[in-house]
Amino acid sequence: MALQSPAVPSPSSSEAPPPTEVGLIRWMRENLFSSIPNSLLTLFTLYLIYLLARVLIGFFATADWSVVTHNLTLFAIGQYPRSEAWRTLASLILVVVLLIASALFWRSSTTARRFLLTMWFLSPIIITLLLLGFKGSTALPYVRTQLWSGLLLTIMLTVVGITASFPLGILLALGRRSNLPIVKVLSTIYIEVIRGVPLITILFMAQVMLPLFVEQKIDVVIRAMAGITIFSAAYLAEIVRGGLQAIPKGQVEAAEALGLNPPLITSLIVLPQALRIVIPAIVGQFISLFKDTTLVSIITLLDLLGIAESALAQDPAFQFHKPELYLFLAAVYFVFSYAMSSAARGIEARSSRMGGTSLL
Amino acid sequence: MNDHHNHEHVHTIEGEQVHHRLGEDIIVVENVSKWFGDFQVLKNVSTRVHQKEVVVIIGPSGSGKSTFIRTINRLENHQRGQIIVDGIELSNDIRNITAIRREIGMVFQQFNLFPHLTVMQNITLAPLWVRRWSRDRAEAKARELLERVGIPEQANKYPGQLSGGQQQRVAIARALAMEPRIMLFDEPTSALDPEMIKEVLDVMKELALSGMTMLVVTHEMGFAREVADRILFFDGGQIVEEGTPQHFFENPQHERTKLFLSQIL
Repeated sequence: MALQSPAVPSPSSSEAPPPTEVGLIRWMRENLFSSIPNSLLTLFTLYLIYLLARVLIGFFATADWSVVTHNLTLFAIGQYPRSEAWRTLASLILVVVLLIASALFWRSSTTARRFLLTMWFLSPIIITLLLLGFKGSTALPYVRTQLWSGLLLTIMLTVVGITASFPLGILLALGRRSNLPIVKVLSTIYIEVIRGVPLITILFMAQVMLPLFVEQKIDVVIRAMAGITIFSAAYLAEIVRGGLQAIPKGQVEAAEALGLNPPLITSLIVLPQALRIVIPAIVGQFISLFKDTTLVSIITLLDLLGIAESALAQDPAFQFHKPELYLFLAAVYFVFSYAMSSAARGIEARSSRMGGTSLL
Repeated sequence: MNDHHNHEHVHTIEGEQVHHRLGEDIIVVENVSKWFGDFQVLKNVSTRVHQKEVVVIIGPSGSGKSTFIRTINRLENHQRGQIIVDGIELSNDIRNITAIRREIGMVFQQFNLFPHLTVMQNITLAPLWVRRWSRDRAEAKARELLERVGIPEQANKYPGQLSGGQQQRVAIARALAMEPRIMLFDEPTSALDPEMIKEVLDVMKELALSGMTMLVVTHEMGFAREVADRILFFDGGQIVEEGTPQHFFENPQHERTKLFLSQIL
């Protein structure tokens, strides 16, 4: 105890790292003005920033946002009857309540989680029925889907596209890896054909060809949803297949050795791991699906972009404020896309922190 | 063949051999051959394993020893010959395969734990979904097994949070949760850091003492000498020599066995 050996630090008290703080001037000299070419580049970039700022400040100083503020309801629900607008609000509230409840109670118990999951799966159906209403009903009168427009239509197309193409994409990915030749060939043909065709073509085809398969007349919005789903499923299938291929063979062997049958191995062992790997790519696909819904304007549907352009036509004065309008629309699309990708980052971070998550 | 074997069996009951009195053949392998493409990995392999027998399989890499134990629960199929486990012949009949896999536990070199499930979920998965036990029963069994392999405190961790030795012990507990009659070990310590090998071997020794029928592919000669009832030496897809550890380490007959032992010991 009395012996001192100050020269040797004990393993438990390792030294602090040397200070790395540097002053602002020093940082600028090291990163912006380290050499003559670098300094010139810095000055040139500053000049470009100045030019850009001047234009933007000039624009925002004189911008007139009335084209946006006057039409907010129109952008939100389009031609949905104003007397029935509460139904869109109720749908929104349902989703918000579910989001808050999930944030609060998701971790609390398995029962709560099961209930929330069920509600999430049911909510698209509830919302569709609420928005569509029933023929002959006075409380919830029927609203033709042709009147669904604006952000409401964009969101409905996206949500239906995502919820329908996700399971379809998984089935196609499994089909492509199946040992059954017919299933494998059909899945492969579907995926390759759809991926080789632009979405616009598929939307047109859905308009023209779906009526050939089904006798009665199909609603134009349903046809658009079908087209988007068919398109997105092919891309999802390839993403999921990538995830499936990344699962080591040992995982399947261990499950087989325990006596699990192939459907159980796929649903309990392979898919949960495969999907976790491809979450970023799946969300990327969903974001592009969301943005691709703007293409429905070519089959006469008025999504957010389409309804905004129709607003321009209403009042000649708005013609001079297109930049304000398109900036606003870009911001709306960005907010939704960014929310989706940050939600995905959250899921990723949580699952890597826990080493994995499970719905079991 | 069968008659001859039964005769031997009766004979040894009168004799002094310990393991031969312990029961009937639970695994019968007759003239099994297997090819990977044109390469023959197993050449007319025949052997029998008694209940409660511990058989250690050694041999150079590429000798077919891993392939051999993987044919026992049909992770590999054999192309010729016959394998009968617990009275059921292994064929392409999927029901037979599932029935047999329920009775055989397997431990892999790379552990192959399910990384997205906790230790508890790893162990209870098969009892819940294959045996259809209640969750209470499956979890009680899992806790008992975690106690037995010495890591009861790790139940709620994920495999990625455990050391290699702990992961392999979880893998053993996972296999035992199905209450198998036979355990297969495919180089269970080969992927472990040296200081973790002992903790896994200790669990295996305890298991052998408890009367489990075990087939173990390993390079751990100390384990083979101490625990094995019988050692099979594989080379070139064949069982070149077999015998008790005493015979094997002190009086090997075959040149290839002598060469292998001289390299490894």
